[in-house]
Amino acid sequence: MAEAQTKDKDKIVGILPATDIASDALKGEVLKLKADGYRFVTMTCVDLDEDHVDLIYAFDRDLEMVHYRLKQPKAQSALSISDILFTAFLVENEIQDQFGICFEGLVLNFENYLYLEKEVGRTPFCKYSVIRKESEAQ
Amino acid sequence: MAKTIIPFGPQHPVLPEPIHLSLTVEDEIVTQAVPALGYVHRGLEKLCDIRDYHHMIQVVERVCGICSKIHAMCYCQALEEMMKIEVPPRAKSLRVIWSELHRVHSHLLWLGLFADAFGFEALFYQLWKIRERVMDINEATTGNRVIVAVNVMGGVRNDLSPEQIRWILSELVLVESELKALESTILDDYTVKARTVGKGVLTKEQAYELGAAGPTLRGSGVAQDMRQLKYAAFSDLEFEPVVEYEGDSYARGKVRYRETLQSIDLVRQALHKLPEGPINVKVKGNPEGEGVARVEQPRGELYYYIKANGTKYLERLRIRTPTFANIPPLAAMLPGIELADVPVVVLSIDPCISCTER
Repeated sequence: MAEAQTKDKDKIVGILPATDIASDALKGEVLKLKADGYRFVTMTCVDLDEDHVDLIYAFDRDLEMVHYRLKQPKAQSALSISDILFTAFLVENEIQDQFGICFEGLVLNFENYLYLEKEVGRTPFCKYSVIRKESEAQ
Repeated sequence: MAKTIIPFGPQHPVLPEPIHLSLTVEDEIVTQAVPALGYVHRGLEKLCDIRDYHHMIQVVERVCGICSKIHAMCYCQALEEMMKIEVPPRAKSLRVIWSELHRVHSHLLWLGLFADAFGFEALFYQLWKIRERVMDINEATTGNRVIVAVNVMGGVRNDLSPEQIRWILSELVLVESELKALESTILDDYTVKARTVGKGVLTKEQAYELGAAGPTLRGSGVAQDMRQLKYAAFSDLEFEPVVEYEGDSYARGKVRYRETLQSIDLVRQALHKLPEGPINVKVKGNPEGEGVARVEQPRGELYYYIKANGTKYLERLRIRTPTFANIPPLAAMLPGIELADVPVVVLSIDPCISCTER
């Protein structure tokens, strides 16, 4: 085996270039990206602490990616972008199931039961807290 | 005309994976399709809490058997980028060779299942017979037929000997000639065309806006393939995405047929240019920070997001598989078709529900 070339002694931190965005600016930015020819790739939810998650939005145009990062309070509903980009409905439903974040204005809302069965009492992907499942539709 | 809601699935007549569609039909024509998932969700992303990042390679290989090699490659690439690990050139080429062999056997599997979906059993048998040659290559070079498990952090686990390279090249000649012998049957046969031409049309604009991936995207005229990013050793190989323009099930099948031949060519190119040298580097330390990687699976673009905190356990692993991206386009292509065509159109996106639900 050849010698390691990783600089493990140094602190190497890979940083995802992501633009911070506020909730009230999200939809406007998504509309602009759509008009500029960007394609929606996916969203990622990351549990940060007791009160917040990161919602990371990934878009692509001609193989160039842009990421947006929205710090979302767990206690509030997030804004759905599925009315602008229909394809987002699936991943937003997934985040509802796994992290308990509700999305306001979801065009096709599985109400926290895309994957989960009704008897599941906790949100499986939250590390820092367990969020009781509550649906916007209830 | 009265509307009727017909449950389709979760068991598919051909696909041994469960997806449910609630189909609203009027006079045998589908007017709406609502997908339902959740039959096989395994929570594999969550396993990064208790498996260290080296062991997670084995987990991501099991997201999908048919794409196992490419899942592991994408995962490793994301971490190697974060940790600034320089993978040796020979390892990069070997990764390309095994991943393109994976694409060949995946597309042959799909072409066979597609033929089976519209009742062309003889074609199904022939295509799977050809596929066996690729499975034999996998077994002889890695020890496994499906989950080849060759990726490690910093490179690959196995090497190819000169004898194995000669044997692979001779087998690929047979795979190519046997596949070309079926070309007119696959592309010109009356039965194939009757069941696929004009069925499940996805326009270029729809494919792009709905985030379609892979042959589903390229079958609608969008020339986008993650191999254009020139990851691994693709920068050394001649590659152009395969594109068809009709956007129907036939076009998606044509893309896969042509991509199978293209992948054989890519394996040949990589074998002829295989550099000498080590096949991996030793990796020390733990990753820290955030990273993403994208590669092209047989079904399309695969996206990995990783967040690491300097420990051996990852903080977050997120996998966006191509079928996940192709479910909304599927919901868009089903309205307007006859109920009898639904199984064929569903299969035309090459759905992998194991991937989708992870």
